[in-house]
Amino acid sequence: MPAAAAAEAPVLEFALAAHRDGFQLQAECRFASDWTVIFGPSGAGKSTLLRLLAGLELPDRGHIELDGRSLTDTVRRVHAKPGRRSTSLVSQQPALFPHMRADANVGYGIRTLDRTARDQRIAELLELVDAAPLADRRPHQISGGEAQRVALARALAPLPRLLLLDEPFAALDGSATDALLARLQPWLRAQKMQTILVTHDAADAFASGAEVALMREGRVVAVGPASIALEGERNRILSRLASS
Amino acid sequence: MEWQALVLTLRLATLTTAILIVISVPLAAVLVLGRSRWLPLLEAILAMPLVLPPTVLGFFLLVLLGPRTMVGRGITSLLGHPLAFSFSGLVVGSVIYSLPFAVQPLVAGFAGIDTRLIDAARLLGAGNGRVVMTVLLPLARRSALAAAVLSFLHTVGEFGVVLMLGGDIPGATRTLSILLYNQVENFDYAAADHTAIVLVGFSVAALAAIYAGSRRRGGARA
Repeated sequence: MPAAAAAEAPVLEFALAAHRDGFQLQAECRFASDWTVIFGPSGAGKSTLLRLLAGLELPDRGHIELDGRSLTDTVRRVHAKPGRRSTSLVSQQPALFPHMRADANVGYGIRTLDRTARDQRIAELLELVDAAPLADRRPHQISGGEAQRVALARALAPLPRLLLLDEPFAALDGSATDALLARLQPWLRAQKMQTILVTHDAADAFASGAEVALMREGRVVAVGPASIALEGERNRILSRLASS
Repeated sequence: MEWQALVLTLRLATLTTAILIVISVPLAAVLVLGRSRWLPLLEAILAMPLVLPPTVLGFFLLVLLGPRTMVGRGITSLLGHPLAFSFSGLVVGSVIYSLPFAVQPLVAGFAGIDTRLIDAARLLGAGNGRVVMTVLLPLARRSALAAAVLSFLHTVGEFGVVLMLGGDIPGATRTLSILLYNQVENFDYAAADHTAIVLVGFSVAALAAIYAGSRRRGGARA
C-alpha cells in the first residue's frame, strides 16, 4: 500500500465523544493525506469511529468536517444524513442486497444518473475491482471475496470524497489484496478521494507506509508515519519474536 | 348459498386488505426504523383490536360514527349519509379491526432483516421510502403475503364488528358470517352447512397459498 500524499485529497477533521454500552470513544484528528490507516486492537473503537464518520451513528458531542463542510456538529445541531455526506463505508461483511444482481447492487447509489452513464459507471467499477464477470450473478452465487469486491465497487459508484474501509479485504488472500490495491489506489487518487482503512493487522499498517493513526481504548493515541506512530507496536512484535 | 352475501364478503375483504397493506407497510416501517420514544405507545394502540372484544370495538365505532358525536355528524354531512349501517362503515370497521393482523407480520418480517443492509442502502443515499420499497418489502415478501392473507381471512370471518356496526342489510352489510348466523337462528342447518364450508374453504385455500409460496422460495428470508 504505497503512500501518496495528494494535495487535492479532501481534509477530514473531527473531534468526537461517544458512549456505547460502557465503552467511551474520545477521538480528535485531522487527516489530509489521500490514504490513512487506522490501526488498533479489536475493541479499540475503530469501527465505531467509522460509523460516526459515516453518519450511521450520532456522537454525544463533537463535530466532523470534510473539506470545511460541516457533516456533524452537536453544538449547532447539524447532522448530514448518511448518503448525503459524500462518504462511503465498506465493512468486513459485504452486505450486498441479496435479491439484486451484482450490477444492480453497484448501481443502487447512482440511480440519478441516466441509464447510459449508470451502465458505464457500473462496468468501469466492476472492471476496476476485477469483478466484471460477476455482473449478472446474485450474492448467493459468488464467494465471500467476490462479494467484497462488488461491495467495494458499490461504495465507489457515487464517487464519494471520503471512502471508509473497515477491514474490507478480510476474505481476500494477501496477494489478491495487493493486486486489488494496486489497481484501486491510482484510481482513488485520480478521483481525489480520501481513504481511511481500518485494520487490526500490524503488517497492513507497516506495509502501507501511509499516515497511521493508532487507536487504543477509544482514543487516538498517535498519528504519523507508521515507523513513528507504531514504534511501540513494532517493539512489542520484535520482543515476541525474540522470546519465541 | 346466497351469492349476494358471498360477493359482498369478497368485496369487503378485498378492499379492506388493499387499504390495510397501504397503511400497514409505512406503519410497520416506522415501528422498525423509527427512534421515537413514543413508538411503544403507537405499537400498543395498533395492537388494541387484538385484545378488545369485537362487539366492544363495533359498539365504540357505532357510537363514534353515529349522530351523537362530532365525528359522526361531520362524516354524515360530508358523505350525505351516516357511515354506520353502510358498506363504507363496514370497510372502516374492518380496517381498524384487522389492522394488527396486517401490521404485526410486517413488523416481524422487517425486524428480521439484517440491519447492515439498511445501513448500506442509507449510505447509498436511500431515504426511508426507498429503503422500504427496495430493501424491506422485497426481502420480507413472505411476511407481506402473510399480512395480506391474514387480513383477508380475518375480514371474511369477522362477525362482532359487522353485526354491531352494519347490522344485517342484504346487499349492503350482510356478509357470509351474518348469513351463517341468520341460517342457524332459523334452524336452516343445511344452508348453514354450505355457508360454513365456503368460509372454511377460504381459510384453507388462503393458508395453502401462503405455504406454497414459502415452499417455492425455499430458504428465502421471511
